[in-house]
Amino acid sequence: MAKLTLKTPMDSMAPMTIGTVTLSEIDLGPMTSISPYKGQGKALSAALKAAHGMAMPAANRATGRAEARAIWFGREQCILAGIDANTGLAVHAALTDQSDGWTVVQLQGAGAANVLARLTPLDLRPAIFKRGHTARTDLMHMASSITRTSDDTFMIMVFRSMAGTLLHDLQSAMEGVASRG
Amino acid sequence: MRLRDKGTVDRNAPVSFTFDGVSYRGFQGDTVASALLANGIGLMARSFKYHRPRGVLTAGSEEPNALITVGRDGATDPNVRATVQEIYEGLEARSQNAWPSLGFDVMAVNDLAAPFLGAGFYYKTFMWPRAFWEKLYEPIIRRAAGLGALSGKAPTDKYERAFAHCDVLVIGAGPTGLMAALKAGRSGVDVILADEDSVMGGRLNAETFLIDGQAGSDWAATIVGKLAAMDNVRLMPRTTIAGAYDQGTFGALERVNHHTDIRDGKAPIETFWRIVAKQSILAAGALERPIAFQNNDRPGIMMAGAVRSYLNRWGVAPGKTVTVFANNDDAHRTALDMQAAGVHVAAVIDSRATAQAQGNYHLIKGAHVSGTSGRKGLESISVRTSTGIDTIETDCLAMSGGWNPTVHLTCHMNGRPKWREDIASFVPTDGSIPSMITAGACNGDFSTYACLRAGLEAAKKILSALGKTAADVALPEAEDAPYNLEPLWAVPGKGRAWLDYQNDVSVKDVTQAATENFRSVEHMKRYTTQGMATDQGKNSNVTALALLADATGRGIPETGTTTFRPPYSPIAMAAFGAGAEGKGFAPERKTTSHVATVDAGAPMMEAGLWYRPSYFPINGEKNWRQSCDREVGYVRNAVGVCDVSTLGKIDIQGPDAGVLLDLVYTNVFSTLKIGRVRYGLMLREDGYVMDDGTTARLSEHHFVTTTTTAAAGAVMRHLEFVTQVLRPDLDVRLMSVTEQWAQFAVAGPKARKVLNDLLDDPLDNEAWPFMACGDVTLSGVKGRLFRISFSGEHAYEIAVPARYGYSLFRLLTTKAKALGGGPYGMEALNVLRIEKGFITHGEIHGRVTAFDIGMERMVSAKKDCIGKTLSNRVGLLNEDREQLMGFKPVGAVKQLTGGAHLYNEGDEALTKFNRGYLTSVAFSPTFGHFLAQGFVRGGQARNGERMRMVDHVREIETIVEVCDPVFFDPKGDRTRG
Repeated sequence: MAKLTLKTPMDSMAPMTIGTVTLSEIDLGPMTSISPYKGQGKALSAALKAAHGMAMPAANRATGRAEARAIWFGREQCILAGIDANTGLAVHAALTDQSDGWTVVQLQGAGAANVLARLTPLDLRPAIFKRGHTARTDLMHMASSITRTSDDTFMIMVFRSMAGTLLHDLQSAMEGVASRG
Repeated sequence: MRLRDKGTVDRNAPVSFTFDGVSYRGFQGDTVASALLANGIGLMARSFKYHRPRGVLTAGSEEPNALITVGRDGATDPNVRATVQEIYEGLEARSQNAWPSLGFDVMAVNDLAAPFLGAGFYYKTFMWPRAFWEKLYEPIIRRAAGLGALSGKAPTDKYERAFAHCDVLVIGAGPTGLMAALKAGRSGVDVILADEDSVMGGRLNAETFLIDGQAGSDWAATIVGKLAAMDNVRLMPRTTIAGAYDQGTFGALERVNHHTDIRDGKAPIETFWRIVAKQSILAAGALERPIAFQNNDRPGIMMAGAVRSYLNRWGVAPGKTVTVFANNDDAHRTALDMQAAGVHVAAVIDSRATAQAQGNYHLIKGAHVSGTSGRKGLESISVRTSTGIDTIETDCLAMSGGWNPTVHLTCHMNGRPKWREDIASFVPTDGSIPSMITAGACNGDFSTYACLRAGLEAAKKILSALGKTAADVALPEAEDAPYNLEPLWAVPGKGRAWLDYQNDVSVKDVTQAATENFRSVEHMKRYTTQGMATDQGKNSNVTALALLADATGRGIPETGTTTFRPPYSPIAMAAFGAGAEGKGFAPERKTTSHVATVDAGAPMMEAGLWYRPSYFPINGEKNWRQSCDREVGYVRNAVGVCDVSTLGKIDIQGPDAGVLLDLVYTNVFSTLKIGRVRYGLMLREDGYVMDDGTTARLSEHHFVTTTTTAAAGAVMRHLEFVTQVLRPDLDVRLMSVTEQWAQFAVAGPKARKVLNDLLDDPLDNEAWPFMACGDVTLSGVKGRLFRISFSGEHAYEIAVPARYGYSLFRLLTTKAKALGGGPYGMEALNVLRIEKGFITHGEIHGRVTAFDIGMERMVSAKKDCIGKTLSNRVGLLNEDREQLMGFKPVGAVKQLTGGAHLYNEGDEALTKFNRGYLTSVAFSPTFGHFLAQGFVRGGQARNGERMRMVDHVREIETIVEVCDPVFFDPKGDRTRG
């Protein structure tokens, strides 16, 4: 029997550096959306802490570390990325596998915020949008999730089907920023 | 004429460029205007209406005359102000609105006809016959009166958009703006300092003022250097703040590469910024206003401040013999600067009887310039004194009627400026723009010292509003001369005295408007077109309304102003639309099978944002119909494979999931068995059909609902609305999983065989009857299988995590091909569903009810649902409504066309006899003729009747028979088999 092979949303694109900024596709591993059921917010947060060592993130915040994060994703929603969600969490929340639903890239380097400023109205000043801050926002015409993972690094997520558009838009913005030297 | 040792252009960096095909040389730092003046070229343009020869009037973005076209082909920029365009090696600039040449322009005959072409001429003359306006008059007038033209080719330049955020936006980098930015920057807040000029410093670069004993331009450069070294300060030169909007948002245009030859498609030529600022300081300066006198528009007649700019900044003397005509002390400095540079000053004519000479030049007090001569350049002026008229030979007249504060941005949110008698001009009204402070010359402070001080004070107020401690910044020493002025708007006399140079509006036009009772300033503006050109009358507005006030016997404050609107200066549409052209127009959504599909040569069509294949051509097929017919045959006779991932998929989980589904769907879902699928119909609140789709129950509290491709977003929004607003009490959670799963329809008699080759556990009809669903595995990969059909055949939809989509699509198509089938596209999908009588949004187009599509029995009587009550309105259940039926050709003509209308046989094909229309048509290879779905009045009752189908657009008429919409396998044996 033929075996199914896999493709990443960006088809394993090699990292692309333009000017001082590098774009790379990243594999977050398993991704599970978590939405607490009625009145289960606190219990869920405790269960999440017990199972995975991180609390349910507040609005516009991401908790955890690079290997496993909980990223706020909307009203009473977060995405647990990098680790299989403990099945016990299903008592408190609706769990949905989203491992294949999102194109995830990282934009890294001095000027990464300037590149994003071509695409999103978000205020990305370091004092406003700090490490661990996240937002669901407009990226060009796409609904996206943007998280600052370090001083000069952003993680960007858009629908899997929009990978090509994301690449097009980011590349154009990177070229525009790089042209200013 | 270029002067030695004057100005700040880089004499070590010569630059050559062309104007009207002739090569000229300038230096780095020159504008087209300064470089042409340095080359002795004064004639730069022809005026809009009368084609009068014109030279440069100003040295800034307010320039009304010297409009040029830069570049060629798709990189053509018309109506560029020569005073703003910096030169670079190889720049190509052309004059506009002149034929055959700038020097000899045929349309200048208009100037001779001027007595007939005054205000209101078009309105009075071209009234009759009415049809002539569009066909004859307008094209001729548009040809004769014009600005530059677009190339007609697609633009090749890259335009960019960007966003910026700051605590303080400082608009204008003259002495006021620099001081404000310095204080704010040192106090640690985020500052953006924007200035439209390439070099910051404002008038300091154009005057000979000293600040703290240093040349003004050097002082400005020092401050700019200090600001550039601060991390919290962003300097934005060549950036015009074009509009002030709500919530501290400003639109701004940055001219990024107009001053270079970089056109690589990567570097933007312009960036359109949206800047959001907590606080802002308007330090936009002031614009000098002309004096209206006869023939005051000849090349060589310029604003006094502009003459000083050309001299002090660019080292250019705009003439050999300069005269000055003014009503204020400030303009006298023009004579002093010129003399210091060794240029002959013939005289200073001052309209004030009390004027005092400030140096050793010939001052003529209490006198007016009453006329000028020289067709293509100024040769002499007439000066009227109490004793008579003298003629003075001069090739450059520097005029000044005083300064108008640049209040424009403060009017963008409906603010009205207020009149200040002492400076005879308008100043901003406080609070016109929330969180904005106006300071410096734009606020009526005209001395350098007053501006520096105002900048510091504005910053102090802003910092206090931000709750920040203000850093100490010392106030430098600078000139603080009083602004002595006596208003002089127009010199009395015959002949045309120009007000609005860009639209050729004269003093007489304004007085005539008043005479003809266009007394409101807004009416005067429209009647004369004063202020309606691309410069929005920056040079002429205050003078024009002062004259109107005079002509109507009112004061200037009572006369009021017209409204300044964004943008402050013209912006290319390409900049507004930056990034939204070509691939930037909308995101493209591509399925996991996209690459394989395109590789197979399938033409793609758009479905919302998604790209889907129309059909998969194979060798020898000459048109799409052949491919489509073959693909329909796959499904009817063997097996077809189609990517259906684009349909919306929504995970619905929670104890109340069934309650929610019962509420939003007309039929009952809470009773659906686990492992089964049910078709559902969703209504809007008004009772009309919103969407349809299938819902599968995966477990007690877990459903997956599908939506149509086009309505996926709308349905998700609807469900969010219902759960957040109508029934927040429900314990249910929604999550889109459209992107998580790649889903493929496998349809046809051999569908199960294809799947059994791939699934780890084979299917049979007992365990997997029609409308079953459940988990499956494919070589260990977990997937979901749904036995549903949109073709009427034995069919499945199989879903796997999207990463495996590409691989599964290839496997499925390979297996299908081996069984005499293959992939099929949207065309075949459409034929199959029309044969089977299934509907799409072609039918549920927003104006139909469940009753209209024959599904009223799906609205459950046992429960309530959204839209149920309103769907029961009497008018919506009327038997005479247009109802969904099938149609087939029965006459000689066999063609059916979508959108064609239906009439009774014997009726004329007129709107009043219209009985319905066709929504979907297809040629059915299964039946060998066209089939259609459509709506016809009293549909069910007309089953079996003949009607006329008339397509007025394509001119096709066909006799059709009304029939049941389900043509193929009405009993559904094949689906269940």
